[in-house]
Amino acid sequence: MNWFLSWISGTILYAAPLLFPTLGEVIEQRAGLVNLGLEGLMLLGASVSFAVSFATQNAWVGVLVAGCVGLLANLIYAWLVVHRQAHQLAAGLALMFFGIGLSALIGKAYVGQMAPVLPKFQPFPSQALLFRYDLLVYVAFLLAPLCWFLLFRTRFGLKLRAVGESPAIAYAAGVSPALVRYIAAATAGILAAIGGAHLAVGITGTWSEGMTAGRGFIAIALVIFSRWDPLRAIIGALLFGSAVVLQLQLQAQGLGISPFLLDMLPYVLTVLVLLIWGRGVRYVAPASLGRVYFGTE
Amino acid sequence: MVLKSTSNRWVWILFRLSLTVVLILGVFGLFLWALGKNPLKAFQDTLRLNLLNPRGLSEVVVRMSPLLLTALGVAVPFRAGLINVGAEGQFLMGALLGTWAAFNIAGLPPALHLVLVLLAGMVGGGLWGAVPGALRALGWVNETITTLLLNYLAPLIVGYFVFGPWRAPELAMYPQTPELPVVPYFPVLPGTRLHLGFFLGLFFLGLYAYMTGRSRWGLELRAVGGNPEAARRLGMPVERWLLAAMVLGGALAGLAGVAEVVAIHGRLKMAVSPGYGFMGFLVNWLAFANPLGILIMSFLLAIIASSGFTLQITQRLPYAAVNVLMALILFVVLAKPFRQGVRR
Repeated sequence: MNWFLSWISGTILYAAPLLFPTLGEVIEQRAGLVNLGLEGLMLLGASVSFAVSFATQNAWVGVLVAGCVGLLANLIYAWLVVHRQAHQLAAGLALMFFGIGLSALIGKAYVGQMAPVLPKFQPFPSQALLFRYDLLVYVAFLLAPLCWFLLFRTRFGLKLRAVGESPAIAYAAGVSPALVRYIAAATAGILAAIGGAHLAVGITGTWSEGMTAGRGFIAIALVIFSRWDPLRAIIGALLFGSAVVLQLQLQAQGLGISPFLLDMLPYVLTVLVLLIWGRGVRYVAPASLGRVYFGTE
Repeated sequence: MVLKSTSNRWVWILFRLSLTVVLILGVFGLFLWALGKNPLKAFQDTLRLNLLNPRGLSEVVVRMSPLLLTALGVAVPFRAGLINVGAEGQFLMGALLGTWAAFNIAGLPPALHLVLVLLAGMVGGGLWGAVPGALRALGWVNETITTLLLNYLAPLIVGYFVFGPWRAPELAMYPQTPELPVVPYFPVLPGTRLHLGFFLGLFFLGLYAYMTGRSRWGLELRAVGGNPEAARRLGMPVERWLLAAMVLGGALAGLAGVAEVVAIHGRLKMAVSPGYGFMGFLVNWLAFANPLGILIMSFLLAIIASSGFTLQITQRLPYAAVNVLMALILFVVLAKPFRQGVRR
């Protein structure tokens, strides 16, 4: 029972750093942009938040600065694909390299150090394990319905989805596709960086090179799984959170299974999820996803 | 590009290539300057130590060999309209299966054994490319995301074997396999580290140039990449081409992996690739899948990588600095700074 409780509570904790980038990518892809640079953004967020909270001894400042850096970094991507009409996948991969390299440079001095972590927050008295998370976990789970509301119940959400379906028609209706895409990319940059920051100063309190371990790509798979719906993204994030925790628990049990095999679990699960839910998404995906918009005459 | 005559097309390609070279050198210089190094002196040093010195030049070519093959591993699927970001994983799986063949095939003449080891490397990379290829050909999952995910799986599999069943008992400090039995038979140019892998890379580059430029297969591959629907109407087996392109691409990256293990490291360990797969992706993107471009760009990136390693030693920079440099180069190339007529 105790084992089960810690599994549930760990699942919720580890779902949060996945939910942030997934929601960001949902917004970005709803506006027609595929961003493969999430992994780089998350790593930047993790390293920056760690460095700043180490320097200021305040984890919240770290999260804040990480969000700003994520925004700026993703604006590079947005500028390339919107203004310079670059290939979206290539621009995303360039951002990935950028984040991997720059985060290693930033974090080099902090390997093996400990930074202050976000304080735990308990809204109501309960069992010792459950509902004892830092505030960002609650923020992540509240953001999902908020994103859903923004996308499906507001005027701006309608414009954003229109740009994702057909920028030309959105333009004809008086919407600026470039502006909407910049806003979507800025939001995604903030969210992805906060996801990485949560991993560094919310969960582990340490920095190590490449610590996000492909979560940026798992988040992209989760977007496909969630069919571009923020509410379904919660389910996907919980599923992967549970896989990560299961892997950690099995490792702690010392069953004699090679840690390398256990580490494979989330990636194998991702490929399986893509296999099962990836089919036929062409009809659900935003129609202009990944296409270059050359402007309307 | 469609209706230009052949000679015009080549002028255009050469123009673009030389522009890209100038841009890359410019970005590299700025990068060095930002790190507080004198770029002119660094270029001079690079020229003196890496290009005009026979030993240095051979080291550049040593780094170029895996890049040629991984770039081709990206270029073949690219021609079919596929984005293979998985050359890194395919490289490692080639290294893994090649190592398996080196230890588990016995009783053959050394030359034959060596050939089988190289073939096993190609099979390993090819299988690793076949998974995303098949999923894409079936229309289930986009190959970009699967190749990226498989990049995370491949090192774990290699790690399992290197830390586990294959670990050499005599070197407890370093997780690695014993020396591969075929190592002494691998042809290496005397006095250098320049090995057969480079000539295999040149051979496959030539084959690639011939196949894409002069054969019906190359034409079909391009047709599938250019307009799959039209290719299907013309009766081409589009799905089979998509799968074949990924398998071939994976096999070439896998060959790079096994050659690197046998010729440079002699044994399988975790650090067999300093990102050759990703650099191959960059090479192909800079060369837009043109054979001559691949030759020039892999040479250029090999120079940058070699001087990057020197920088790492002299400036104590983490290897990741090379990643930042690669990203900056890609940013600049993607921004198409000299393209006319970008309208908003």
